[in-house]
Amino acid sequence: MENTKYSKEVLKHFKNPKNMGSLKNPDGVGKLGNPACGDVMKVEIKITKDIIKDIKFQTMGCAAAIATSSMITEIVKGKTIKEALKITNKDVAEKLGGLPPIKMHCSNLAADTLHKAIEDYLSKKNKKD
Amino acid sequence: MKTIYLDYAATCPVDKKVYEKMKPYFTEHFANESSMHTLGNKVKEDVEEARENILKKVNAKEHKLIFTSGGTESNNLAIKGIAYSYKEKGKHIITTKIEHDSVLNTVKFLEKEGYEIDYLNVDKEGFINLEELLKKIRKDTVLVSIMHGNNEIGTLQDIKKIGKICKEKGVFFHTDACQSFCKTEIDLSKENIDLLTINAHKIYGPKGVGGLIIKNKIKLNPLLHGGGHEYNLRSGTLNVPGIIGFSESIKVISKKDIENMTRVRDYIITNVLKEIKTANLLGPKEKRLCNNVSFLFDFIEGESVLLHLDLKNIQVSTGSACSSHTLETNHVVRAIGVLPKNSNGMVRITIGKETNLKDAETLIKELIPVIKKLTEMSPVR
Repeated sequence: MENTKYSKEVLKHFKNPKNMGSLKNPDGVGKLGNPACGDVMKVEIKITKDIIKDIKFQTMGCAAAIATSSMITEIVKGKTIKEALKITNKDVAEKLGGLPPIKMHCSNLAADTLHKAIEDYLSKKNKKD
Repeated sequence: MKTIYLDYAATCPVDKKVYEKMKPYFTEHFANESSMHTLGNKVKEDVEEARENILKKVNAKEHKLIFTSGGTESNNLAIKGIAYSYKEKGKHIITTKIEHDSVLNTVKFLEKEGYEIDYLNVDKEGFINLEELLKKIRKDTVLVSIMHGNNEIGTLQDIKKIGKICKEKGVFFHTDACQSFCKTEIDLSKENIDLLTINAHKIYGPKGVGGLIIKNKIKLNPLLHGGGHEYNLRSGTLNVPGIIGFSESIKVISKKDIENMTRVRDYIITNVLKEIKTANLLGPKEKRLCNNVSFLFDFIEGESVLLHLDLKNIQVSTGSACSSHTLETNHVVRAIGVLPKNSNGMVRITIGKETNLKDAETLIKELIPVIKKLTEMSPVR
């Protein structure tokens, strides 16, 4: 039996999330969410020459939150920072074949969290420079 | 893979005997019970027998039963019916913070119409404080509405004592007993309950039929106006197959079934608490619905637990924020003092008469790795 409230793609990522966990000495860390809302996401990235070489996530949340987290890590691995910053939460949801409307606001925060991690990387880099 | 359904508080399958009993009323005994002819009379007689059976089940002697479309309608009829009918006496209603939405949203509706509502607090196990109830009752209080068995955390209120207080104070007492009816004793000859909400589909009866049992002396304003059915309190052609099924469904859950459900319930509670360190029991250990188990898991979200178990063909429920129609955290969990940030990991397991210890073992076996996986995934500690 298949759960039909979520798309196949969401369930696939929910079942077997990609790049779950944390990194040793990450170059950038982003954390976003609201525990009261039920969704908190943390993203860690490794950057070499402006390219996202590695990315890991940790997420507390529903299937939508976990699937969007997993999906963003797949999308941006190997991409440049510039490219990654262009990706929106909406893009992630679309890649997953859509999300139930009620999940669009609260649980769809993967791109924003990634951007936070990139900002963190950039601000650290600027301090060094 | 076998399906293990553990969401009986949401609804039950219709029992085979109930189904068989209903069947002729769709085809053979289809007549309108209001009709004067023989066919109508036969149906009328059977409906009245069903009514008597249900009233007898709760030992109701000075009461009448109004058939409705279910618990939601019964709660609406009880609360609005009293509020409108007795508004000359006053416009103050007392309820609790852990009622079903069909009570909470009904009193909120009345609040907008100028009624004053007091929401009683509950302790960390979900019990109201009788002293607080006593203090809140005023001269203009017309109704106290307190649910019997809580649908989320299983707490069974002391309706005998609540009824006594209401009687002494001369205030009507309504209780929503949708979850407790036929699972714990309700005796209207011993308990002072003025209005009692019951329904069929939580006790292996059909959906779409319920009842409101009220004392004969009570005057209600109807919600539905029309042909004057159901003592002029609920117009509309009667749902005869539903009513026949409802009457049959009150026989389904036996004393032995209740004992069995209690055993399975306690097995799950004991073993989950033993095996999973981040599990917290919601609601009390005693004075609890025989079929309700409710946990709050730290650091994770209930819906993810539900979906992982669903992938293993085990159906449970959640009271968490993202689960249903709203994004707000569960009002019952908030009322028992859990901080909003910790309130998302709720998982409700409700058992039926079919559930056995082997099912409980399977559940626990599947639950342990799910909780472990989700906890490891969580950035919250």
